[in-house]
Amino acid sequence: MRKLFAVSLAGTVAAMLIPAASAQKINGAGATFPAPIYSKWFGEFKAAHGGTEINYQALGSGAGIKQLTEGTVDFGASDVPMTDAQMALMKVKALHFPTVLGGIVLIYNVPGVTAKLKLTGETVAGIYLGEIAKWNDAKIAADNAGVKLPSTDILVVRRSESSGTTFVFTDYLAKVSPAWKSKIGASASVTWPAGIGQAKNDGVAGMVKQTPGAIGYVELGYAVENKIPYADLKNAAGKFVTASFDSVTAAAANSKDLAPDFRGSITNAPGAGTYPISTYTWLLIPTRIPDAAKKKALVDFLDWMLGPGQKDAQPLYYAPLPKKIVDLEKKQIGEVK
Amino acid sequence: MATPTAVIGAKSKPVSGRLRGADEVAWAVTFLFALLILAVTIWLVYELWSASSPSREKFGFGFLTSRLWNPVTDEFGALPYIYGTVLTSFLALLISVPLGVGAAVYLSELAPPKLSNALTFLVELLAAVPSVIFGLIAIFTLIPLMRTVIGPALKSALGWTPFFTGPVFGVGYLTAGIILAIMTFPFIISVSREALMSVPREQREAALALGATKWESTYQIVVPFARLGIFGSIFLGLARALGETMAVTMVIGNSPTIKASLLASGHTIAAVIASEFTEATGKIYTAALVELGLVLFVLTMTINGLAQLLILITTKKGSGKA
Repeated sequence: MRKLFAVSLAGTVAAMLIPAASAQKINGAGATFPAPIYSKWFGEFKAAHGGTEINYQALGSGAGIKQLTEGTVDFGASDVPMTDAQMALMKVKALHFPTVLGGIVLIYNVPGVTAKLKLTGETVAGIYLGEIAKWNDAKIAADNAGVKLPSTDILVVRRSESSGTTFVFTDYLAKVSPAWKSKIGASASVTWPAGIGQAKNDGVAGMVKQTPGAIGYVELGYAVENKIPYADLKNAAGKFVTASFDSVTAAAANSKDLAPDFRGSITNAPGAGTYPISTYTWLLIPTRIPDAAKKKALVDFLDWMLGPGQKDAQPLYYAPLPKKIVDLEKKQIGEVK
Repeated sequence: MATPTAVIGAKSKPVSGRLRGADEVAWAVTFLFALLILAVTIWLVYELWSASSPSREKFGFGFLTSRLWNPVTDEFGALPYIYGTVLTSFLALLISVPLGVGAAVYLSELAPPKLSNALTFLVELLAAVPSVIFGLIAIFTLIPLMRTVIGPALKSALGWTPFFTGPVFGVGYLTAGIILAIMTFPFIISVSREALMSVPREQREAALALGATKWESTYQIVVPFARLGIFGSIFLGLARALGETMAVTMVIGNSPTIKASLLASGHTIAAVIASEFTEATGKIYTAALVELGLVLFVLTMTINGLAQLLILITTKKGSGKA
């Protein structure tokens, strides 16, 4: 966590310090989740490609889309694909380029339980709806034979601010639970029926770590770095799967729901080895870039990112893209004109 | 001060003329500064008003009474946030006013000067601590303490009232109230102490000469004399409590619900704006958040107005008696 933070902070500070008006300068803004790897990428790309400077401001997915629509940045970035309504507002259409993948895990703090818990999507939805309120509920016990569950109250912890993580999590719940779909829906911020909100991934992780009985959802990297146990989830094929780089990458490779423009969701994807709460994070690149030098720089960057750039993913706790998607994206690069 | 100027003025006119010119420049510059503050305030209200128009048109006054906050269906209401803001600020003052005023009386009237100066320095240091630090302290010490000690104790002693029911997770209105109390308390102490110290010595001496004890002189003469300053310190504290964002959002639980239980989690206006604005998409959603800002502005103005009225009434009553 500290590393992630330091990298992203360094990136932000660097972005602020770099003076305006240099020859090859490209500005972007958007999602905070991929900010650490973007900082690293833009730094490495600058070194490898004759000083092309790409500045990135991690203002949030919503702000990224807003700024790209208003034309104040050269590219945007988002954890949530743009809706048709948002696309319609743009003067120049934007292309979605998946960059890396992330997994969202359910972390927990259950007193006396050392075994890894297994949860199904329905159970998670029940907990977040407030219908399952104790850890020894029959629905949790059914998937965890042999684990002695306490009668502790469950404290549901979720994000207090709008976030792409919340979007992916609620998108998954809406797919696996009809009750969730009809009562709550999927969005970057929803009307939560239960629990407490904490700011950012670290806030949720911190609250779960210190509160006996708590459950929360965070990006995989935060669970691994903070050494908080996270549950195995039952995927669409009926198998309990641990979140890992491979199982998250498998979600992208196996997803059938992928629209040709990459805007589809890859939650609850089929395949025995697929982790169900997985997501892309996207760069939003305009289809028409009038400045030829800028266009070349961005296209070069996309090429580089899909090639050598992917090696940076795992050390920063992102899952790399599967080859299938990389090939499709390389074709899409041709649409930037 | 007036005499030397008059003398200079009588002796040489040019100097006086120059002085008057400088005076006028100073007057104009300071007037401009004062005007600027007014302009910024008006501009602020205008911006809040115009940027919130989609939400005002859609919800009307129902915005103030609706409990629903649903970004998925674009339906928004401010009531849970207003409730949380007022309740946490009230709890904060309930704790910090007696403590703060009491401490100020001790520091100005009773403590040995050396101790008083040292403590005052520390209190002023406390006032300068950024709020996020208080939030962190709350997360690591106050929340666990509330969860394991204070919460269960309150629940077992006062669980029969509706104010201390439900599961205790350590976050909620009361925790936010306590952290706000800690944050407002240095303001109250430091400004009240100044007010008490500025009470003329003669007042105390007269009281003592008339046979009052130290306590009687403090309680009946000095404190009433410094009343305006003490009220001022409370408003300063209140203003901080109403608008506090970071520390509150870290401990209140951020649930837009209305619960009587002080142990339950809630939300405040400042906290929701800070947490949702950056990622808010859609016209209505953004406008609803701006309208919350407008509500907070009006709320602060109203509470301050009421407070001013309170001063006016009590001051009149006080001077009538004296």
